[in-house]
Amino acid sequence: MLGKIFRDEWGRVLASLVGYLGDFDKAEDAAQEAFAIAAQRWPDTGVPDNPGAWLVTTARNKAIDRIRRERTLAAKLHLLGAPEAVADEVTDTVIKDERLELIFTCCHPALPLDGQVALTLRALGGLATAEIAAAFLVSEETMKRRLTRAKAKIKATGIPFAVPGARLLPERLDAVLAVLYLIYNEGYRGRVDLGAEAIRLGRVLATLMPEEPEVHGLLALMLIHHARRDARFAGDDLVLLDEQDRSLWDLDQLAEGRTVLGRAYALGGRGAYAVQALIASMQTREPIDWARIAQLYGHLAALTGSPVVELNRAVAVAQAGDPAQALRAIDRLDLDGYRYFHSTRGELLRRLGRAEEAKAAYRKALDLATSTPERRFLTRRLDEF
Amino acid sequence: MLYAMMIHTDPSRIQALSAADLETAYAEYLELAHDPRCVSFAQLQPADTATCVKGDGDRTLITDGPFADTKEVLGGFCLIEAADLDEVLEMAARSPAVRWVGGTIEVRPVAQS
Repeated sequence: MLGKIFRDEWGRVLASLVGYLGDFDKAEDAAQEAFAIAAQRWPDTGVPDNPGAWLVTTARNKAIDRIRRERTLAAKLHLLGAPEAVADEVTDTVIKDERLELIFTCCHPALPLDGQVALTLRALGGLATAEIAAAFLVSEETMKRRLTRAKAKIKATGIPFAVPGARLLPERLDAVLAVLYLIYNEGYRGRVDLGAEAIRLGRVLATLMPEEPEVHGLLALMLIHHARRDARFAGDDLVLLDEQDRSLWDLDQLAEGRTVLGRAYALGGRGAYAVQALIASMQTREPIDWARIAQLYGHLAALTGSPVVELNRAVAVAQAGDPAQALRAIDRLDLDGYRYFHSTRGELLRRLGRAEEAKAAYRKALDLATSTPERRFLTRRLDEF
Repeated sequence: MLYAMMIHTDPSRIQALSAADLETAYAEYLELAHDPRCVSFAQLQPADTATCVKGDGDRTLITDGPFADTKEVLGGFCLIEAADLDEVLEMAARSPAVRWVGGTIEVRPVAQS
């Protein structure tokens, strides 16, 4: 119970403190102190009506105490003059939500990408450093250094705590969405479901920027994919879409994804995330309209210029009944180092009855495969010849 | 905060500009140099005028030219007084080095004593 409140309030409390104190480390220390006091008191006194405001006020007071203590100490050492007066009463009961400023600071392109990801999970997601380290398979020490470096760069280079102006906003928002999608694609690692974490952050962003179609597009995409997570594996084995047990799909999450997608479209969203969400949604229908999905991939390829999207379009063309045309399309692509290119070629050649070429393609895919489930899947395919 | 912008460009790409484009680019440079936030501005002579002094044990070596193997060379620098990094990044993105000849501008805060 308290754990959930803490997770929900962390980002907002920290954002407010960074805005107030202008310093990431001081804000984090003060927030931690306030949460510790709450953990001690609330079980006896009950949770206050506005836990967020209570936490921010307590944390601000703690921060001010600390600043004053440091100044007094400095004064005693005759290093500084008399301590300045500091306002000690925080009267605001309505705490301004500054999480959007915090998101744009954490995802600033002047920070290294791994630092953006770690800082977003720490500052907004409220994940502990050890949890983030476990999720990214690095030591806690490494993750701590990564976070420290990112925070140091924010301070040293004057990365603003602000929502970018109109001119910078489109590209900065793209950067934020890319970080969330990157977190989503890390999937389930260690004890942390990064997919669920990315969705939580996506929901926050959609609340804060309700008029941005691609924010809803990305949230819809993540929800619709995540709804199928339990069906994607049988034990350790990868299950393809047309063989998935649909009873394992999370129908509530799927419905929510479709509602969010509707909002993206109502706002005029025709961007890459909204289109991918639409494709994902259409792939959950029965029967699947592969010809239309192939068209949508064509639209997406024009938006992104990505050969991987062209590969997916070819798969849709094959599913729509024309594997020969699909094979011609993918043989024009320059994706020799990409494992799905070879597994897709193998699949198409198999369907066209060209067994020897198919086996060769599957073997190439196997050489490039990185995860155990993938390797098992490809080995199974090869055994079927 | 005080920031330094170090402007790196490929001289051959500047030479390849048409006379009209070069004129516009120069006008934009002057605009940047006269921006009130620009504390100081220096355009450098071509890289073949450079001389390098290098310490080597207790000797010093004086050599001709810059060390860089890249085509881009330091063409100029300026000091900018700005509220935050984004303000400088925006100025850099609008500069002719970036917009006209695909140059690179390195932005760094200046150490304050």
